[in-house]
Formats: sequence, C-alpha cells, structure tokens
Amino acid sequence: MSEQSVDLLTPVLTRNWGDERAWKLSNYERVGGYAALRKALKQTPDELVNLVKDAGLRGRGGAGFPTGMKWSFVPKDNPNPTYLVINADESEPGTCKDIPLMMASPHTLVEGAIISSYAIGAEHAFIYVRGEVLHVARRLQQAVREAYSAGYLGKNILGSGVNVDLVIHSGAGAYICGEETALLDSLEGLRGQPRLRPPFPAVAGLYASPTVINNVESIASVPCIVDNGKEWFSSMGTEKSKGMTIYSLSGHVKRPGQFEAPMGITLRQLLELAGGVRDGHKLKFWTPGGSSTPILTDEHLDLPLDYEGMAGAGSMLGTKALQIFDDTTSVVRTTLRWVEFYKHESCGKCTPCREGSWWLVQILLRLEAGEGVEGDIEKMLDLCDNIGGRSFCALADGAVACVTSAVRYFREEFEQAYHTPAWELFPYGRSALFASSKEGANA
Amino acid sequence: MSGSESGPQHHFASHFADSGGVDFSGDQSTNITEETREELRQIAARYPQARSALLPMLHLVQSVEGRVTPAGIEACAEILEISTAQVSGVATFYTMYKRKPMGRHHVGVCTTALCAVMGGDQILSDLQDHLGVGNDETTEDGKITLEHVECNAACDFAPVMMVNWEFMDNMTPDSARELVDKLRADEEVTSTRGATISTWRDAERVLAGFDDGRADEGPAAGPASTLGLEIAKEKGWQAPAVPAEAPADAGQEEK
Repeated sequence: MSEQSVDLLTPVLTRNWGDERAWKLSNYERVGGYAALRKALKQTPDELVNLVKDAGLRGRGGAGFPTGMKWSFVPKDNPNPTYLVINADESEPGTCKDIPLMMASPHTLVEGAIISSYAIGAEHAFIYVRGEVLHVARRLQQAVREAYSAGYLGKNILGSGVNVDLVIHSGAGAYICGEETALLDSLEGLRGQPRLRPPFPAVAGLYASPTVINNVESIASVPCIVDNGKEWFSSMGTEKSKGMTIYSLSGHVKRPGQFEAPMGITLRQLLELAGGVRDGHKLKFWTPGGSSTPILTDEHLDLPLDYEGMAGAGSMLGTKALQIFDDTTSVVRTTLRWVEFYKHESCGKCTPCREGSWWLVQILLRLEAGEGVEGDIEKMLDLCDNIGGRSFCALADGAVACVTSAVRYFREEFEQAYHTPAWELFPYGRSALFASSKEGANA
Repeated sequence: MSGSESGPQHHFASHFADSGGVDFSGDQSTNITEETREELRQIAARYPQARSALLPMLHLVQSVEGRVTPAGIEACAEILEISTAQVSGVATFYTMYKRKPMGRHHVGVCTTALCAVMGGDQILSDLQDHLGVGNDETTEDGKITLEHVECNAACDFAPVMMVNWEFMDNMTPDSARELVDKLRADEEVTSTRGATISTWRDAERVLAGFDDGRADEGPAAGPASTLGLEIAKEKGWQAPAVPAEAPADAGQEEK
C-alpha cells in the first residue's frame, strides 16, 4: 500500500462541509454516514481498539498521543463505569478546526463518539464544548436528538445490545478547561483547575472513574478508519505521523482557511494554496500549532508539518493552527498580547504561572512602549525559566514558549524596545487587514 | 507585592478588578419562579451526578435573571444540595458568568494576538468611542454590553466579533459600527455563520441545553472553512481510494 503518490489535499473530515444542510442526519447518511457505526457494532471492542492503534491515529488536540493506546489504558477490572469525554473546548489561540467541523457536520463527531464509546466500554459520553459558540451548541444538540430518534444513541443501539448516552455540555468561558484534568473538574461542576497526575484519567477521571478524553478531530477521525481500514488511513502521512488532518491557516495570507491534507505537508505548500502572504509583504514569523507552540520563521518553510518535523525545529505540531504574521508585525506587540492571554487564562492554582505571567506582562508592556530597561530581556528569560515546567499543567509552558522563541529569533527587536515604541517601529495600522484611516495610531 | 508604606492606613489593592464575589447586599429581587426551579432540576437530571449540571444551570440563571444573582445562586445550591459558597466559587471563575446586569446584547471583539494585530484592537477602540463605553460596560440605553473577548476559534475569519456568542466574521471598523447601530435600533441582524440574532438571554438559555429551534438557520460553513475543499475539487485531489477486497470499483464510490 505504501508510497503511492497521495494528493496534496485529501478531504475526508471536511468532505461534506460544502453540502447543502450538511448538519442534518439525512444528509450525513446520504454521504455514507453511520455505515461505520453498523460495521463497528459487528466487531469486538478490542478489535476496534487495535484497529485505531494500528492505523496510527495520534491525538489531534495538540499532544499527539496515540489514540488507540490511550484507549487501551482503560482498566478492564475497575468496578466503576467508564466514561468518554470529548474535548470540544477549542480555545488555543489560532486554533479553528473543531468549531467548523461541529458546525458543518456534527454527526461525524457523534458517530465517532458512539463507536469510540463502544470500543472503550463506555455507556456515557460527554461533549464538552466551549460556551462561546452558540450555533455549534445548537447543531450538536440537534444532532444528538436526531441520533437518539434514529436509534444510534440510547439503549440497545441498532439492536446490538450496546447502550450509549451522549450529553452536550456547554462550558462557560475558560481556556484552562481545554486541559484535560481541568476539563474534568469543570464537568463535575467545579472551578476548572488541573489535577495532579497520577492518577491519570484512564484510571481515575470523571467521578474518579476510568475516563478517556479525546479531542474532537481525533474522535471524528474514527468513523473513516472503521469505514476504510487502517491501511487506507496510514497510506497518508509520514512514517510516525499517520493519516490526514486539518491545517488551519490564518493571519496575513491572501486566503486564510482550512486545508485537510496528509500529515507532513509543508508550510510552503500550504501557503501556495492559500495564495501566499499578502501582496507586497514577506513572511516574518508563524506558529505551527497555536500560540503555545514556539514560533518559527521563514527558514522553517520546508519542514514537514508533522509531530517529528516540528519537534526537530524546537517547536511542536500542536493543533496545526498556522498563524501567519508578515513583516509589518511587531514581535514585541504580538508576544505581549499572547502573554496577556495566558495571564488572563491562568487558573491561579500554581504560583509560578499565576504570578509569573503577571510579571511577564509588566515587562512586555514597557518594552512595547519603548521604555524597556537594560536587563529586561534577561529578566524575562529568567522568569520563563521559573514558570515553564514548574506548574501543574502545560498552560505555563505555553505561556513562556512564545516569549523564549520570540527572543531566540528576534532578540534585536526586543533590544530596540529599550528606546523605541513598537508602534513607531511597526505602525499598527499597517498590520490590519482593512485599510486603516489612522495608520500608526497608537491603539 | 510588598506594600512598603506601613502605618495605620495601608490598603490592599487587588490587581484583579473584578475579583470580588457575587453581591449579596444590593437589590435582591428575582425572576426565578417554580418553573425555573423545575428546569434547573431537569438540567441536573441529565447527569450521572447532579453537580455536573452546575455550569448549564448557571447559564439558565443568567437567561432568567440577566446576570448571576444571589437568588440564582441560592436556587442552584438548594437543588444540588451544596453551599452557596461552592456555587459562588464556580460563578466567579468563568468569564461568561456576569455579576453586573447585562445589556440586551453582548458584543464581543476578539483582541487576542492574531485578531488584535489583524485589526481587532482598532475595532474595539473605535467601538468604545462610538458607544461611549469602556470594557465590560453597558450603553446608557441598555442595548449593548461591550467586551473584549479572547480567541473564539475563528482565526481564519479574523478580525472576529461575537454577538450573543454568534460569529460575526471578517469585521472592519465600519462594519462593526454599522452592526452595533443596527442592534441599538432593534433592526434584524444575522450572524455571518449562524442564526438571526435574538438576545443574550435567549443565547444563555440555549447554552443551558434548551432548544430554540434555530439550529437549521445559517450555512454549514463559511467560505474560509471550505477553501481547501474547493481547491481540492478544482484540482481533482482526493483521499486515496479504499483498498478493495474485490478489485476495481470500490474506490470512487463515495464521491
């Protein structure tokens, strides 16, 4: 099956997004929807776990942990019920793939949820969707109602004896709830704060019971694997990063949007499809997978966008959220705005993250204003050293990744910030996507 | 923070302006009825453990009360058999729960890094001038509460605004001003990727899990969402054919 040439773009999950009323059950069934569920119900749960494992599907929420392996960690002898929790809290800055998926084709996720629940032995599944996306909540709620009426959810699904209940749960505004253990606390009706691990959720997750938490895109990828087989899935992608995935291009590109491609496509190829960077401008820096992944520059255009390729460049594939910034953009300003985000979203549990992100903002504010003082760069890096890796969860690591990588590639711009405001070096109006009436105005 | 000036009057100044709790001292009137309580109990019944319902229950409280009120907190606490402090602790953690009375519409402008740079900063400051309000403040006519919001997962439509948590894509200062003017004049406004705009309170009711019959409004996807798909169609690109047990014919059928 190997190395036949695979097309540059391979729409699978996005295939029906352009269809008329793609979100309706009947339209999803018309393009083959729920065939995978019927097929899956004829297999044993173990066969399904192995199928997903062998296909090489890795978590699409950022960490890239093998999905089938995660499933296999659920203990078989635990007396408590097993739960499936789908992380639909998409909030990582730059990330915008799960929301359109659930809006256009919620049944892809619902079908994946049912199959995955059966595979791990869960009779209860939850989709934890961030609160700030009203129309997505509507479409999901409706899809679940339709699936119940069709006998795809509830008791004795399609006469198989399998029971699955699925609840759509809207969050209430907290980035931290995308962190899986904070999500569990939130789903238990608590403040969303990360838990100490171990125990891991597979053993003691929701209600201290065995729980699998997967990203939307991971679960949505399950039906096509069941439908088409592991060889088909792994014929796309690279050695260790298999299958197709959704890449999101945003920012200073001519045509931003979603591109579903085999793992390992390069930014150069994606940029070409997106019409390139804005006319008259050059790429300055970009994130491979949201703001928590260290930024890269034009020297990294030809690296494969897979887990290994990005790790090799000192970054991470993350959520494949490619935020593109051109040469009009101030690195100092952008870094400040990212760190302000982490400061706002720090849940407050761990001192290094809660206090450190606040102090980083203080330094970056004066740097933006051109009022940095000698030693600020070193002080920032020192702070970063004391934040990253010293907190319960990865929010802290994300908060410093943008700082350390920005200094790595653009140190001279931070030095200029000792004397010149960022808005003088890079008049902000020039970065806007609309013609600005007051170019250079200090926001 | 070392408060170095000692002496009789040193005041602790919080850096978190809104870090106070829910105000139990002011106006205690409430719209919560027995019917509301019944709906709150319905939400609790959706979960294996009732406390899981607290977030959607607070959304329902907001839809009835226009904010999180002491009476709403007490109702949730009573139904879930937990303390009001436990409910307050949750209500003050999440940004979507509001402790001040909200306007008819919630207007959010994304100012996280990417949207900020693409023009979100300018849109926000323009709107603040235009409406004469600061962040998280409500216009005098009670129509609009303006707030800067964090990344709303629509970066390919930057700069993005939200009205009652519905998408308003690819905004400019002009289109933003026009949008809020229409909302203030009670003219019909439709999300670029969603339904006709109702009110913030109606939105909160949907987030509590109660259907408003609008799921079929709006498109399946915005143009940016289907860009890759359109290019693939143009070029004839597709996922590999499914390896067929019986050769031929199996591959193309799905198209």
